Amino acid sequence: MSNAAVTAATASRAIDADKSALARLGAAFVGRLVIIVPYVWLLFFFLIPFVIVFKISLSQTAIAIPPYTPVLDFSDGISGFFAQLKQLSIDNYLWLTQDALYFNAYVTSVIIAAISTVLTLLVGYPIAYGMARAPAAIRPTLLMLVILPFWTSFLIRVYAWIGILKPEGLLNQLLLATGIISQPLIILNTYTAIFIGIVYSYLPFMVLPLYSALEKMDHSLIEAAKDLGCPPTSAFWKITFPLSLPGVIAGCLLVFIPAVGEFVIPDLLGGSQTLMIGKTLWNEFFANRDWPVSSAVAVILLLLLIVPIMLFQRAQARAQEQDR
Amino acid sequence: MIRKALWLSATSALLTLFAPGAQAQDRVVNVFNWSDYIDSSIIDDFTKETGIKVVYDTYDSNEILETKLLAGGSGYDVVVPTASPFLARQIQAGVYQKLDKSKLPNLTNMWSEVADRVAKFDPGNEYSVNYMWGTTGIGYNTKKVKEALGVDVIDSWDTVLKPENIAKLANCGVYFLDSPTDIIPTVLNYLGLKPDSTSPDDIAKATDLLLSIRPSIRKFHSSEYINALANGDICVAVGFSGDLFQARDRAAEANKGVEIAYAIPKEGAEMWFDQMAIPADAPHVAEAHEFINYMMKPEVIAKSTNYVFYANGNKASQPLVSKEILDDPGVYPDDAMLAKLFTVGPYDPKTQRLVTRSWTKVITGQ
Repeated sequence: MSNAAVTAATASRAIDADKSALARLGAAFVGRLVIIVPYVWLLFFFLIPFVIVFKISLSQTAIAIPPYTPVLDFSDGISGFFAQLKQLSIDNYLWLTQDALYFNAYVTSVIIAAISTVLTLLVGYPIAYGMARAPAAIRPTLLMLVILPFWTSFLIRVYAWIGILKPEGLLNQLLLATGIISQPLIILNTYTAIFIGIVYSYLPFMVLPLYSALEKMDHSLIEAAKDLGCPPTSAFWKITFPLSLPGVIAGCLLVFIPAVGEFVIPDLLGGSQTLMIGKTLWNEFFANRDWPVSSAVAVILLLLLIVPIMLFQRAQARAQEQDR
Repeated sequence: MIRKALWLSATSALLTLFAPGAQAQDRVVNVFNWSDYIDSSIIDDFTKETGIKVVYDTYDSNEILETKLLAGGSGYDVVVPTASPFLARQIQAGVYQKLDKSKLPNLTNMWSEVADRVAKFDPGNEYSVNYMWGTTGIGYNTKKVKEALGVDVIDSWDTVLKPENIAKLANCGVYFLDSPTDIIPTVLNYLGLKPDSTSPDDIAKATDLLLSIRPSIRKFHSSEYINALANGDICVAVGFSGDLFQARDRAAEANKGVEIAYAIPKEGAEMWFDQMAIPADAPHVAEAHEFINYMMKPEVIAKSTNYVFYANGNKASQPLVSKEILDDPGVYPDDAMLAKLFTVGPYDPKTQRLVTRSWTKVITGQ
């Protein structure tokens, strides 16, 4: 090869390298853009609202529009803005520690949500398992049936449970008619009714992630276990369940998180003695008209929910790294 | 399919969001009133007579209305808050504008008995005009109460505020209004104390009495008692007169043998007023005045009363109200009873907090 030819080849290689670097840059840009969309979404619909709520939680109540002070604005210039900023205080958070009511309400909510989540898992797992093992042709229909209740208003579905559970309701009439019980069961306005309501309402959120985890599973693993003499129960616990674990965790979070802040179900189905954080927040906001204290309750509730999720995600990221 | 449904619901949500703001050239008035609170033909008649289109929207609690008003920019022209504590406090917060009385000639029809009492919350009735008024009393299932207590009528708070009496009703079911600002004054009045007392000692006494009857109360709720009573699921409810009349009508319509009666107990009861008012930032002030003036016509408000079974604050309308309603002491009490009805002003924030906290103790035991 002559010197000239070598030079030309090097040059063309250099151009190729440039081109691919450009292409890579472009791809990276598009990739970044795709990532930016959810961040912008979170910024506008989570972070900014959160900052507003957090700011209100540091304010004091006032009889005015809006019913708290200070309202941050620049009408008095930058210095006025900073003077307003100085009026903010953490008094409302201190207030929350002074009355055991708030602590008890948080604890009750977490316990009710945890029990409901376990119950939903127990009911949802067999359903999801059955769906994933059903013939492929009818799976879309089954999936549709799980989603179908969403087409009716959530409120109406909860109201319908009043008609089923009340002392003269459908359930009691059925049980009395068949002679299983002789006295109507008191279910409405008890914790049992709340659990029934939550399990019923949130079941799809548990079934869908479980189904998608179970459906992906390679069934030949179970066959292999069977060939090697593993009984079906231990095959389930050693293979199926561990493989469905991401679905279990996703489903549990999807049920647990909204259940902690649930207001409608305990209000309609539960008794008045049920003290959940949703009701406490309602009282602060509507009965006391204390937007700052209710914002403080909401901020604490958010932290209570976000911290476990972040810990879980970190643990999962670490586990993935170890797998590699 | 699902995506299409989502899009549809998203678009309709957006449309509702902008609906109060979407005003064409024609005249519009945006009214925000309680649900089930008007004969809808009145709205059609108003549009026919004045050419003003009514955008009619409803709510079912004062709290919801108050939150919208306090947040500002609600877009409503006429709202109907309860005088105390809501309207009174909202006037202080600067939520409303003064009415232009020169545009309300029908004010001469109003009933001084009602207007004078409202003046306690809205001095000089400068910001509001009465729509309907009522009481907080006892609604009951006549047959079930007869079985449990052996009486035909309830005429005293003793029935629900004495532990030994209410215990006999516990099995057939007692609901109480979930509203400390209505129940605590009622209990204070029963105890012979000042209904509007803000003394912590008095409130503690009322709380103790409520705690003593708490085991016999099945539920505290602000609206569920309408259905529960009408369906025969419970036998007694302490609640607002109008809601209890609704329960009575629904029970009669269902025709399942459930008969509901309402009593203003002889010890007296709380009286409440729902007032028409115009928000300070209302976009259609002139139309709002026309609407309010129209509602003060005797024949119009009488039509509304005949439909919703509430008493109104319009003296001139009384000859046009159906006799059955005008003679019902639960709706239009006689003068002796009127004298015993009391009103309670808004609490200061500290007392409000004490009352709410005491109430939480009563209903949750914590």
